[in-house]
Amino acid sequence: MSADTPPTPSSPPNAPDILTGSGAILRSLEHLGVKDVFGLPGGAIMPFYDELMSSPTIRHILVRHEQGAGHAAEGYASSSGKVGVAIATSGPGATNLVTAIADAYMDSVPLLAITGQVFSTSMGTDAFQEIDIVGITMPITKHSFLVTKAEDIPKTLAAAYEIASTGRPGPVLVDITKDAQQGRAPFVWPTSVELPGYRPVVKAHGKQIQAAAQLLAEAKRPVLYVGGGVVRAGASAELLALAETTGAPVVTTLMARGAFPDSHQQHLGMPGMHGTVPAVLGIQESDLLVSLGARFDDRVTGKASEFAPHAKVIHVDIDPAEISKIRTADVPIVGDAKDVIADLTAAFSLATGQQRPDIAEWWARLDNLRQQYPLGYDEPDDGLLSPQYVIERIGAITGPEGVYAAGVGQHQMWAAQFIKYERPGAWLNSGGAGTMGYSVPAAMGAKVANPERTVWAIDGDGCFQMTNQELATCTINEIPIKVAIINNSSLGMVRQWQTLFFNGRHSFTDLNTGHDTVMIPDFVKLAEAYGALAIRVTKKEEVDDAIRLANETNDRPVVIDFVVSRDAMVWPMVPQGVGNSSVQYAREHAPEWEEE
Amino acid sequence: MSHVLSLLVEDKPGLLTRVAGLFARRGFNIESLAVGKSEIAGLSRITVVVDVEELPLEQVTKQLNKLVNVIKVVELDPAQTVQREHMLIKVRVDNTTRSQILEAATLFRARIVDVATDAVVIEVTGDTAKTQALLRVLEPYGVKEIAQSGLLAIGRGSKSITERIFKN
Repeated sequence: MSADTPPTPSSPPNAPDILTGSGAILRSLEHLGVKDVFGLPGGAIMPFYDELMSSPTIRHILVRHEQGAGHAAEGYASSSGKVGVAIATSGPGATNLVTAIADAYMDSVPLLAITGQVFSTSMGTDAFQEIDIVGITMPITKHSFLVTKAEDIPKTLAAAYEIASTGRPGPVLVDITKDAQQGRAPFVWPTSVELPGYRPVVKAHGKQIQAAAQLLAEAKRPVLYVGGGVVRAGASAELLALAETTGAPVVTTLMARGAFPDSHQQHLGMPGMHGTVPAVLGIQESDLLVSLGARFDDRVTGKASEFAPHAKVIHVDIDPAEISKIRTADVPIVGDAKDVIADLTAAFSLATGQQRPDIAEWWARLDNLRQQYPLGYDEPDDGLLSPQYVIERIGAITGPEGVYAAGVGQHQMWAAQFIKYERPGAWLNSGGAGTMGYSVPAAMGAKVANPERTVWAIDGDGCFQMTNQELATCTINEIPIKVAIINNSSLGMVRQWQTLFFNGRHSFTDLNTGHDTVMIPDFVKLAEAYGALAIRVTKKEEVDDAIRLANETNDRPVVIDFVVSRDAMVWPMVPQGVGNSSVQYAREHAPEWEEE
Repeated sequence: MSHVLSLLVEDKPGLLTRVAGLFARRGFNIESLAVGKSEIAGLSRITVVVDVEELPLEQVTKQLNKLVNVIKVVELDPAQTVQREHMLIKVRVDNTTRSQILEAATLFRARIVDVATDAVVIEVTGDTAKTQALLRVLEPYGVKEIAQSGLLAIGRGSKSITERIFKN
C-alpha cells in the first residue's frame, strides 16, 4: 500500500465500492463484457439511464420503439454469437419488448432484457406504468428475475447472463425496481453463479455416441438433418468434418441456413414446407435421420406421422425436452452439438476403419432428384419484375460475407432459397415465431455487431411497415444498413394461401403499395424522410445497378423499393397437414418418388 | 393414468406460477397439488398428481426440469410410496342418523372435529381410495361441504430424495 493513499475508516482497503443500484447495473454489464445495448428510457428506468449517459465503454443505441430494441439485440446476438441486450422502462415499454422476447425464445437467441419497474412499495397497487412483466414473460423466457434491492443486482445480472448464454440459449428478463436502482450497496461481483437448479448437460454419454456411430456405419440412406442448434453451438467446422467423413447428404433447416456451405456437393438444401425436392424427398426416403440441433418443427415435418417413415432417428440436442418430443428417437443424445458432432465423427471413423460405407446407390438417387428438380422459378406472367430474381441478385452481388436479415413471408422463403449461404451467422430470420417486422431492426443490430460487413434487410412491404421507424435510429447513429423492400403490394404469403386454398378470395391482403395502386405509403418518400438513400426499381435491367449503388453507399442507410409482380408464388410447397411425400415442385406438379 | 411427481424447488416468488403455468401451457391437467417447506431451508416440496400417459409424462418431467428454480423431479412409484390426503367433510345429521354416521367414521378411523345439532365435521386421513370410500358411505346422509388437501407422498424406507441429489 502506498503512503499517499491512507485507508480511511469509512473505506478500508479492499472494501467493495459503494454504488447505487444503477451504478451496479452498469458495472455488472461492464464485467460481463457488454459493449452495445439497445433501448429507450422512461420513468422507471431513468436512474440507470443517468448512469449510462457517462459510460465510456458501453454504446447505447436509442431506438424508436422497444420492439426495435429487442429485435436489434436479437440480430446482434444471432450474427455474432454474443448476448444481445435490450433495455426498456416499465409498463408499455416492457410490453413492447414482449414480441421480441417471444421471438428470441422460439429461436433460442441469447437475449438479456432489462426493464425498469415501479418502486417496490408501489407494486401491486396498479401504479402508473406498473405492469407485471415478470408474470407476462414467464412462458416466453428461459428465466426471469425481479430485483427489489440494490445489493442483489450484480449476482442477478451475472446469473441472467449465464442462463441466457449457456445450454440452449434463450431470453432472460431482469425487472429492476426504481428503488433498487436508487438504493446504495457495496458492489460485489460474484466469483461463481449460484444456480442449483440449472445444470445444462454439455458432454454426451459415450455409449450413445458409439450406438449412433454404429447406426451411421450401417445406414444405406443416411441424411444429416441440421438445425439452428448447430449455428448456436458454433459447430459448423465439426459438421463439415462429420459430413465429409461419412459422405452423407446434408439438409439445413430455415434456422440452419449457412451452418453448412451451400456450395458443398453434399448439400441438398433446405427441407420442409418450402424446401427443395431433393431435401424433402431425401428425408422421406432415408433409412437414418441424424438430427443435429433440430427440433422436428411442423414446418419441417409436415404431418409428423408420415415424416421420414422408414428412418431410424439419432437425435442430438442440448435440450433434453426436445428429444422424442415429436418423433421418438432410436438413439437420444443430450449434449453440445460442437462436442457431440466431433465425438461422433471420431467414433464413426473408429467403427468403419479404412472402409467407408458404400452409399453410392443413395447418391445416385439423390443426384437424379437434384437433376430433375433443381430450385428455380418462372418469370411472372404479367411481365413485371420477379421477386426471386431480385433476391438472387442481392445475394450474388453482395456475396457470402454479407449478412442477410429477412422479414416473414414469401420474401423470407425466397431469401432462404435463392441467396447462397456459406457461413453461419450470414442468415438471420424469425423462424419459430414468424415475427413480421423482424428484419429492419435485426439488420440494424447485426450491423452494430459487424460494422465491417454489408448487412441487408430483405423485407416485405407488409413487414417493413411494422418496424421501419428504426431507419431513423440507423441514420442518426450511422448504422448504414441496406433495405430491400420486395414490394408485391400485398401480404404475399397469406395471399398465396388464399389463391391456393381459399378459392382465390383475397380477403384483406391488399396493401396498395405497388403497381397500379395509390402506393401509400410511397416508400421512396418515406425513406428519404428518414435520411436514407432511396431508390425505386421496377425493371429487371435496373436491379444490378441499384444493388451495387446500395453496396457502395455507406454514409447512410439505403432503401430500395423493388416493385415486383404480386402473383409470384413460393415453390416447392408441401400443403399444410399432409405428409411431405406430397411435395409439389410447382403448382399442380408433384414429383414421383420411390415408395419402399 | 395418474402419476405422482415430487418436486424439490427453490422457495422463490412466483415459483408456483411457473410450475402451474407450465402445466396449463403444455396442456397437462393437474389433479392435485400440495406445497410446503422441505427439510432444507430455502427449498420447498411440491407433490403433484397429473393425469397423463407415459410419453407425455416424460415431456412434463423434462419441461419441469428446465425451470431454473426446480432442483429435482422424481416420479414416485405407488408400490414404494406412502401416500396420504387429508379431508374435512361436513355431513348433515339428525337424531336418527347421528349414531350411524359416528359408527361409519369410527370404522374409517376418522374423527369428529365439530358437532352441531344438525351437522358434524369429520376429519379423515388416508390414501385416495380410503377418503373416497368414506365419502361414498356418507353421501346418502347429505354431504354439505368438503375441503381437501392435495395428495402428499413420500418414499418408503430410509432413503430421501434430497440425499440422492446432494450425493451427485
